[in-house]
Amino acid sequence: MALTLDERPKVTLKERTTKVNESLKASQAWNSIFRPGSIFRKGYTDSPRNRSYVIMNSVLYHLHPVKVKRHAVKVSYTLCLGGLSFFLFILLTVTGIFLMFFYRPTATNAWQDIQSLQTSVTFGLMVRNMHRWGAHLMVLSTFLHMSRVFYHGAYKAPREFNWVIGVILLTLTLLLSFTGYLLPWDQLALWAVAVGTNMMGYSPVIGSQVRFVLLGGVEIGAETLLRWYVLHVLLFPFITVIFLAVHFWRVRKDGGISGPL
Amino acid sequence: MTEIPEHLLKRAQAARDKAATETGSPDSAGAPPADSRIPEALLNRSKAAKEGGGVAVAERVATGVVAVAPNGNAPIGTGPGGHTQRLLTVVKSGSIQDVKAVPVDKVHTWPHLLGPEFVSALACTAFLFVFSWFVNAPLLQAANFNQTPNPSKAPWYFLGLQELLTMFHPMIAGVTLPGVALVALILTPYMDRNPSNKPEDRKFLTSIFTVHLMFWAVLVIIGSFFRGPGFNFVFPWVEGIFFEL
Repeated sequence: MALTLDERPKVTLKERTTKVNESLKASQAWNSIFRPGSIFRKGYTDSPRNRSYVIMNSVLYHLHPVKVKRHAVKVSYTLCLGGLSFFLFILLTVTGIFLMFFYRPTATNAWQDIQSLQTSVTFGLMVRNMHRWGAHLMVLSTFLHMSRVFYHGAYKAPREFNWVIGVILLTLTLLLSFTGYLLPWDQLALWAVAVGTNMMGYSPVIGSQVRFVLLGGVEIGAETLLRWYVLHVLLFPFITVIFLAVHFWRVRKDGGISGPL
Repeated sequence: MTEIPEHLLKRAQAARDKAATETGSPDSAGAPPADSRIPEALLNRSKAAKEGGGVAVAERVATGVVAVAPNGNAPIGTGPGGHTQRLLTVVKSGSIQDVKAVPVDKVHTWPHLLGPEFVSALACTAFLFVFSWFVNAPLLQAANFNQTPNPSKAPWYFLGLQELLTMFHPMIAGVTLPGVALVALILTPYMDRNPSNKPEDRKFLTSIFTVHLMFWAVLVIIGSFFRGPGFNFVFPWVEGIFFEL
């Protein structure tokens, strides 16, 4: 008995993984995904042609070209900062939509809604935390992205105008963050915004008018909450998406990312 | 070995038989087939050329060679040296199109760019998830217009501005300086006429930028951690931190 066990050929890890791999590829589930005409229209085997098709045959073609400069994929050059800012924007949209289900932008309900979101909604506190920390992280990553671009001299010809769009996007990020800051309607929100908007009133000529329009009155109040809510969930994200589209399109039209140094 | 279905084999056999009967037909002897798509006029002209009437000198010399064309040795119109093409002129690509592109070392976006992008997005989500698991977002008392907290601070990214307010008139600190900074940022690519992006060629500008960055960071840090009640200067290790994110 012992002898027969020893005589049996030893199965190495590699053989075992190969076997698992083969049985996986023979399985019904695998074939239903990679069968031509299914999720992958033409099936998928790793070949240069198919690597091109992954981009060319999908919506990703709007974002990425089929091929990029070899140096452009170096994480040490971009630190992924621009991409992460965009990803955080998506993450904030998703968590923000979740929050919208539980929030009413009125002076009587706002704070209470946040309070009950945290205490009686499943994952409510978690999602609110992610939204808040994600927002701070986005301000930080956008700012770091701008610094990275500056230090690489990436704003130089032919990318001058894309830098301008980038500065606008940074401003929009700050505005998005600042308008969201008021929404919990707690002491922190109210007085932080009071300090912020007081500065606005000092702008020459149109300062007090702009302030009046933004606040919906001479002082912060219930009107302000509704206005900033609409700005935060609708207007600024809308403008941001448009500028993001132009920003990404220009990255490609201006010849991909800059460098190498 | 794959099995070929019966009906396909039959069809192939039928096609082969048909082809065999057609090659045996008198049509293939040399004259063009009756259903030729070449216009009558062209056929006549080529026949005339073969007989040597009204053609270019070069082609007339080649008549001997051309005569054997129907046998399949050389195509019609073969030159004196047996060449089948003539060189008219050479046009260098630079004269008709501006070739700027130099070969660039490129890699496929999938998987070389999408891979790292996906991983970094995953890492970012994981970080945010874990951080949110342990640290709760602040929610103070409900807003109360009659109770001003001391100190009241703007969000952290505006604390640099608030710090400037302690030094200058609000008109300057709140409007002029940030306005100038924003305009300067926007105009940077149009004012910086140095075409090089090498760090060693840009020492002046990078140092200017770094100085401003540091100046701004110091203002934000002072505003965040070194300002206590009444926005007076405090040391955080003495009086504590008056700061909420």
